[in-house]
Amino acid sequence: MDTFLQQIINGLTLGSVYALVALGYTMVYGIIGLINFAHGEVVMIGAMVSLSVITALLGAHVQLPSVLIILAGLIVAVLVCMTLAYGMEKIAYRPLRKAPRLAPLITAIGMSIILQNLALMIWGRNYLTFPTLIEPTPHNILGASMTDLQMLIVALAGLLMAGLVFIVQRTRLGMAMRATAQNPQVAGLMGIDINVVISAAFVIGAALAAVAGLMVMTYYGIAHYYMGFLLGLKAFTAAVLGGIGNLAGAMLGGILLGIIEALGAGYIGDVSNICGFPLLGDTLQEKCAANDGQLSLFGSNYQDVFAFFVLILVLIFRPSGLLGERVADRA
Amino acid sequence: MSVNSAVLLAATSIGKRFGGVQALTDVSFSIERGEIYGLIGPNGAGKTSLFNVLTGIYSPDSGKFTFDGAPLDRLKPNQVAERGIARTFQNIRLFQNLSALENVMIGRHIRTHAGVFGAIFRDRRTLAEEAGIESRSYELLDYVGVANRANHLAKHLAYGDQRRLEIARALATEPKLLALDEPAAGMNATETKALKALLDDIRRDGTTILLIEHDMKLVMSICDRVLVLDYGKKIAEGSAAEVQSDPKVVAAYLGGEVTLNLRRA
Amino acid sequence: MNRPRAKSIPPKVWAGVVLLALALALLPFVAAFAGQAWVRILNFAMLYIMLALGLNIVVGFAGLLDLGYIAFYAVGAYIYALLASPHFGIHLPFWVILPLSAGIACAFGVLLGAPTLKLRGDYLAIVTLGFGEIIRIFLNNLNAPLNITNGPQGVNLIDPFRIGGFSFARPEVVLGVAFSGPQKYYYLLLLITIGVVMVNLRLQNSRLGRAWEAIREDEIAAKAMGINTRNVKLLAFAMGASFGGIAGAVFSATQQFVSPESFGLFESIIVLAMVVLGGMGNIPGVILGAILLTLLPEVLRYTMEPLQNALFGRVILDAETIRLLVFGVALVAIMLYRPAGLWPSAVRKRELEVKGGTA
Repeated sequence: MDTFLQQIINGLTLGSVYALVALGYTMVYGIIGLINFAHGEVVMIGAMVSLSVITALLGAHVQLPSVLIILAGLIVAVLVCMTLAYGMEKIAYRPLRKAPRLAPLITAIGMSIILQNLALMIWGRNYLTFPTLIEPTPHNILGASMTDLQMLIVALAGLLMAGLVFIVQRTRLGMAMRATAQNPQVAGLMGIDINVVISAAFVIGAALAAVAGLMVMTYYGIAHYYMGFLLGLKAFTAAVLGGIGNLAGAMLGGILLGIIEALGAGYIGDVSNICGFPLLGDTLQEKCAANDGQLSLFGSNYQDVFAFFVLILVLIFRPSGLLGERVADRA
Repeated sequence: MSVNSAVLLAATSIGKRFGGVQALTDVSFSIERGEIYGLIGPNGAGKTSLFNVLTGIYSPDSGKFTFDGAPLDRLKPNQVAERGIARTFQNIRLFQNLSALENVMIGRHIRTHAGVFGAIFRDRRTLAEEAGIESRSYELLDYVGVANRANHLAKHLAYGDQRRLEIARALATEPKLLALDEPAAGMNATETKALKALLDDIRRDGTTILLIEHDMKLVMSICDRVLVLDYGKKIAEGSAAEVQSDPKVVAAYLGGEVTLNLRRA
Repeated sequence: MNRPRAKSIPPKVWAGVVLLALALALLPFVAAFAGQAWVRILNFAMLYIMLALGLNIVVGFAGLLDLGYIAFYAVGAYIYALLASPHFGIHLPFWVILPLSAGIACAFGVLLGAPTLKLRGDYLAIVTLGFGEIIRIFLNNLNAPLNITNGPQGVNLIDPFRIGGFSFARPEVVLGVAFSGPQKYYYLLLLITIGVVMVNLRLQNSRLGRAWEAIREDEIAAKAMGINTRNVKLLAFAMGASFGGIAGAVFSATQQFVSPESFGLFESIIVLAMVVLGGMGNIPGVILGAILLTLLPEVLRYTMEPLQNALFGRVILDAETIRLLVFGVALVAIMLYRPAGLWPSAVRKRELEVKGGTA
C-alpha cells in the first residue's frame, strides 16, 4: 500500500523518461507531420547497445568507477542511435515526403519491425538483466522514499530538457527548426536547408531516446528486444496529451502520463474493489472473505490500458492537447 | 415546401473572420429564381469565402442565408447539397482516379437510396436504381459535352473537359442553385463560348446559377445581375451594365480614385 | 426498362471458371501429398483472405487506416469460443453463433468508429491501434475475479463444426473417398470465403462502394456532393468489423482453441500488409496478397532452414525471424518503389459497357 506521495515520486521518475521520448515524437511530427513509429525501437536499441558496452567493459574487468562505465555505454548508445535515426530518415522517410500520409506511416511500421527483429537476431529472445551499478539507496522525503537512481533520472532528464530548450530558443539551428515547423516552404525560401533541419530533429530526438533507453533499463533492471513498442506508444500518447509539435507540451504530457499511470496502477485495486457492494453472489462473498475483503475487478496488470484510454480520450475530446498543438501550415 | 416567391437565395449581413482577417463584412444580396447571378471582385475580395460560407464549409460569424424559404443555419456541406445547392471548385476537385462516368454517378448519390442490403442482395429495386443512375449520368455527360470521354479517368481529361465534367457532377445532384467558382478560368475564347452556351442551357432548363468569374466579357454577356465585392464588403449590386460603369467598381479593380477623363484632348 | 447488369459470359471465361473450380476442389488432396500440415496452411490462407478482404473495405475502399483490426477477429473468435465449449457449458450450433459473432464485432466497430472517425489519418491509426491493444489486454486479464475469458491460457476444447452428428474434426469416408479433418474444413472455408468475396465484389460495385471511393479520393468534394461522410465511413468500419467477426468465429471452430496470443498488434499489421501488398482496394490483388503472405513463412521454413544447415551446419536464423525481417523490409520497399501494390488498382476494370449517349 504505497502512499499517494510515493506514487507521485514513482510517476515523476517514469514520466521523465516518457517526456524524453515524447520530445523525439513531437519534434518530428511538428516539422514533417509523421508519426515516427520506429522511435520506440530507437529507445530499445539505445538500451541494448549501452548494455552491451557496459557488460563488455565489466567483463573485461576494466578498472573504472561505475559512473564512467555507464557514461561510456551512454556515449556509444547515443552515437549509434543518432546514426541510426539519420539513416532511417534518409533512406525510408525522405523519399516519401510528398507521398500521401499513409505511405510514410506504413514505412515507419516496417522500420519498426526491421529494428525489432535485428535486435532479436543480435541480442536474442530472452530478457537481459542489467547489472546493478547504482545502489538504489532510498532517501526519506516526507514519508515516501526516493532512491538515488530515481533522483538521478529526474535530474538528468531535467537537464537534457533544459538543454533542448536552449538549443531551440537560443541557437540558429533551433531558430531554423522553429521556422520550418511553422512553414516549411517559406523557411526553404529563406535559405534554410530543410533536409538539415529535419535530420537534426531526428538525430536530436534519437539522442534523447538513447538516454531514455538507458534510464528505463537501469530503473527496471531488464532489457528486451520488444521493450520499445509499448514505451514508444505511451510516449506518443504523452506527446499528444501535451499538444503535438509543442516541446513544452511533450515535457508536461510525459510527466503527467507517468503520474497518471502510477496513480492508476496504485489505486485501481482499491477503486474497483467490489467487496463493498451489497449484491454479491455467494462464491464472490467467499472469495472476499478469503482475501481480506479485497477483490478487485481490475488490478495493476491493467496498467498499460491507462495510457491507451488517456490517448483515446484526449484524441476524442481535446485533440489539440493540453497546451495546444503546433503543426506546420499545409498550404 | 418552397415558398413561391421570386427570391431563391437571400443573404443578410453575412460576416466572417479568419484569424486576423475580416474576410466578409455585412454582405447582403438576393438571387432570384431562374437568373444567372454573377459575383465579381478583385483577388482576395472574399468571393470564394462567400461560397464556402454559403455551402457550409464554414459557418458565418454573423448574418444568415435563407434558401427557398428556409434558413441555412449551421448546415454541414452535405446537408446544404441535399437542400439543393451544388457547387464546383476554383481549382477543380474531381475524383481524379475515377472515370468521368463514375464522377457523375457519385453526384447521383443524394437523390438515390440503395444501402448495404441493396448492395449485397441486388434486389430488383436496387438494380433498377443502378440502371437509372448510369443512364442519367450518361445523359449529363452528353449534356455538357464530354460523353465520348465517359470511361476516361478524370485526371486524364483535357482541362476544359474537366471543368465541364465538374459541372455535370454538380448537376447530377439536381440542384436548385448551381454555384460555379470560376468555371471559365484557363479557357480560351472558343471554350468560353461553349461554356456560355451550356450555362444558357442550364438556366433555360430551370436551374438558377451563381457564378464567380474574372472573365468580364462572359460576366457581362450572360449575367442578369452582378454583386461586386471588395475587401469583403459589397460595393455594388445591380445589372451587369449598371455595375460596369459604377466608378466604385472601376476604382476597386484599378486601385484608388480614378477620374474617367472622357473629354477629348 | 429494367436492364439487368449481368452480361452474357463468353465461353472462354466459362472454361476458365470451370477449370478453377476443379483445381480448387482437388487442391486439398494435392496438398495432402506433401502432408496434412499443408492442408491446414491452405485453411489459414483462406481465413487470412477473409480478414484481408474485411480490412480492405476499411483501408482500401474507404481509405481509413485501421491498425487494430485484429480486435474484431478476436471478438468473433471469443464469442464462438464462449458459446460453444465446456468453459461455460454452453453449446450453441455454429450457424446460430456466426451471426452473433458478426453482430457483436459490428457493434464494437460502431463503438470504436463513432467518436474517432473524424480524426485525421495518422491519429485514427494510433487510436485503432490502442483499441486493438485494449481488447487484447482485456482478453488476457478477464480471468479474475470472474473468469470470463480464462486469461492467457485461452479457451480449449471448442466445439468443431458439425452437420447433424457428422463432425468436421474427425476423418471420415464419404462416398468411398477418405477426407481428413482439415480437408473437410477446407471445403467449409472455401464456401465461406467465396461468399465473402462475392459480397465484397458487390459492395465495391454499388452506390455505397462509389461513396467510399469518393471519400477516399477527395473527402471535401464528396461532402459537397451531399455524401454524409461520417455515416458512410462508419458503415465501412462496421462492415469491416463484421467480416472480422465472421472470420474469427470460423477460426475458433476450425482451430478449436483460442488464446489472446493470436490477436496482437503484429497480426493486425500482417493483415494490413496483405492489403497494402496486394493493392489497396483491389479485390483480386488483396486475395493474392493474403495468399502470398500466408505461404511465405512456410516456404521460408522449408527452404531457409535446410539451406542454412547445408551451408553452415546449423540454423542461425530461424524461419520465424527471417519471415519477420523480410516482412518489415517488404513493407518499406513497397512503399518506396511500388506503393500501389503488386497488382495495382489501375488494372482493375469496372464492368461498364461503353454505350452511346442517350440524348
